[in-house]
Amino acid sequence: MAEWLAPQEWQAVLLSLKVALWAVVVSLPLGIFTAYALARWRFPGRQLLNGLVHLPLILPPVVTGYLLLTAFGRQGVVGNFLEENFGLVFAFRWTGAVLAAAVMAFPLMVRAIRLSIEAVDTKLEQAASTLGASPVFVFLTVTLPLILPGVLAGSVLAFAKAMGEFGATITFVANIPGQTQTLPSAIYAFLQVPGGESSALRLVLISIAVAMAALIASEVLARRLQERNGLAMRGAA
Amino acid sequence: MTLEVSLAHAFDGFELDCAFSAPAGVTALFGRSGSGKTTVVQAVAGLLKPGRGRVRLEDRILVDTAARTFLPPHRRRIGYVFQEGRLFPHLSVRQNLEYGQRFSARKSDSGDFAHIVALLGIEDLLARRPGSLSGGEKQRVAIGRALLSSPQLLAMDEPLAALDEPRKREILPYLERVRDEAGIPILYVSHSLAEVARLATTLVVLEGGKVVAAGPSADVLSDPAMAARFGGREAGAVLRGKVIRHHEDGLSEIAVDGSTLFLPAVDAAPGSEIRTRIDAKDVMLARKMPQEISALNVLKSRVISIQPGSGPGVLVQLSVGGQNLLARITKRSAAALGIEPGMTVYAVAKTVSIAPLDVGKGTA
Repeated sequence: MAEWLAPQEWQAVLLSLKVALWAVVVSLPLGIFTAYALARWRFPGRQLLNGLVHLPLILPPVVTGYLLLTAFGRQGVVGNFLEENFGLVFAFRWTGAVLAAAVMAFPLMVRAIRLSIEAVDTKLEQAASTLGASPVFVFLTVTLPLILPGVLAGSVLAFAKAMGEFGATITFVANIPGQTQTLPSAIYAFLQVPGGESSALRLVLISIAVAMAALIASEVLARRLQERNGLAMRGAA
Repeated sequence: MTLEVSLAHAFDGFELDCAFSAPAGVTALFGRSGSGKTTVVQAVAGLLKPGRGRVRLEDRILVDTAARTFLPPHRRRIGYVFQEGRLFPHLSVRQNLEYGQRFSARKSDSGDFAHIVALLGIEDLLARRPGSLSGGEKQRVAIGRALLSSPQLLAMDEPLAALDEPRKREILPYLERVRDEAGIPILYVSHSLAEVARLATTLVVLEGGKVVAAGPSADVLSDPAMAARFGGREAGAVLRGKVIRHHEDGLSEIAVDGSTLFLPAVDAAPGSEIRTRIDAKDVMLARKMPQEISALNVLKSRVISIQPGSGPGVLVQLSVGGQNLLARITKRSAAALGIEPGMTVYAVAKTVSIAPLDVGKGTA
C-alpha cells in the first residue's frame, strides 16, 4: 500500500483519518447535548443557538476559517487563553485542523441526532420514570439506546464532512505537509505543481473509497441496531 | 395503605375539581372519555403538575401545591400500567421486567421475580422482544414490570382499552389475581362498566371533571340514580356468591344469600367466592313464583325503589338477601303488576344471558 503512495501522499491520508476521527470523537458528546437541548428544551436563546450551530453550514468556509483564526489563533482571545492555561495550541497545528473540521461538521451531526431524538416516543421515557429511573438514568437506558442509529448516522456524516473539509482548514491552519496538509489540501497542492496530477488522482480515489466504506459500514450497523430495537421507530411497543 | 386525592386543574377549557380517597383493593375511576380520569392518575403518578391540590399516599405527601411540594415521578413508587403497554422495544421481556427492580427500595429477590412471572403466566415470553408479542401478552408484561418495581400503589390507565374482546377475557383473570395477591391498592381507570363491575371494590364516578358518586362499587352500581347516568341500557348490579358445585350439563350452582343461581360453567373451584354482573335489562319480574318456565334463576326479592327513566322504561331496585339487584322493565309492566316499594317479587334471569366475561373471582 505504502509503495504505490509517495510519503507525502501517505502522510496526508493518515493525517486526514486522524483529524476526522478526532473531530467526531471530541464533538460527539457536545453534539448529543446540543441536539437534545434543541429537540427537548424550550429556553430563551434557543433560536440563537440553533442559528449558531447551523452557521458553518451557510457561511463561506473561508469566513469560518478566518473567524477561527481570529478567535483561536495565538493572538486571538480564546487561543491566547488556552495556550497560557493549558498549553493547547491550535494555530498551524493538526489540532487546529481537528477544530476546523469539527466546527464545519457540527451542524450535520447535530441535525441527524436531533431528528432521531424527536422521533423517540417520550411516553417510553415517562414509563421509565414511573419505574423509578431518574432523568439521567432514563436518558442513558432508554433515550440513548433508541437514538443510537441517529447518533451513528450523524457521526458518519460528520466524519465524511471532516475528511473533506478544505476551506476553513486551509484558512485557519494553512497547508503544511505532515502538519496540517489533509487529503483535500494535498489534492489541491498537487494540482498546483506540474506533474502532480497522478498523485492527485490517487488521493481522489482514496477519498472516494473512504467515503463509500464509511457509508456502507454505517448502513450495515444502522440496520442491525434497527432490528435490535424492534419496531422502535414506529413508536411505543 | 390509603390514597387521598384532592385536585383542581384547568386546561383547554376543561376544569377538573375532584376529591376522593382510595382504600385497599381496586378503586375504579369511571367516566366517559374527557371526564378527567386520566388527568387524575397522571397527577397521582407525577406525570402532570396539578394547578392546585394535594395527594397523599398513606403518610407520604406526593404533591401539595400549597406547601410547594412535588415529588418527581421516579421517587413516588407508583407502578403505572399504560393503555399501550409502553414496553421498551430495545430490551427483551426479561430486561423489561427487571428494569424497575434495580430502583426498588426493598431489594426484590429472585423469588419475587418467579412469583410475579408465574402469576401473570409470562414464563415462556422472557427471551422474546416486545415487538413480537400480542397485545394481551404485552399488557401482561407491562403489569409485571410495574409490579416488580415494588410499588406502593398500582395505577392502571385503561389497560384493556386497546385490546379486543378475546384478549380482554384473557387478561381479566390475571388482573383479579393481581388484585387479590399483590396486596397494594390499585387505581383503575376505565370507561367500561363491565370491567369496573368485575374488578372494582370502590367506585368513583367522574363526570365533566367532578365526582358525581363514590363508594363501595356494589352500592354505586345498584343505585338506580347512578344506573340512569351510566346509560339505562348498560345498567346492571353485581351479585356475590359462593360456588356450590359444577353440574355435568355445564352449569355451575352458586349460593347467593339464601337463593340459588345457575351460571354457565364458572372457572372456579367449589367453595370459592365469585361475583357476577347481571344486566338490568336481562331481569324479568313476576308477582307470583313462576311455574314451568325455561329460565333457571328465580330469585325471591323485595322491591326497594322504582326509578322512572326518560323513555318507556323504569329501573326497579331489588334486595336479594342483603344484596342489591336492578331490573329494567317498562312503565306499563310496572303499572300492570302494581309494583311498589316493600312488596315481594320474583326476579327472573336467564342463565344464558349472563356473559362469561361478567363473571369474576373474589368477593372484593
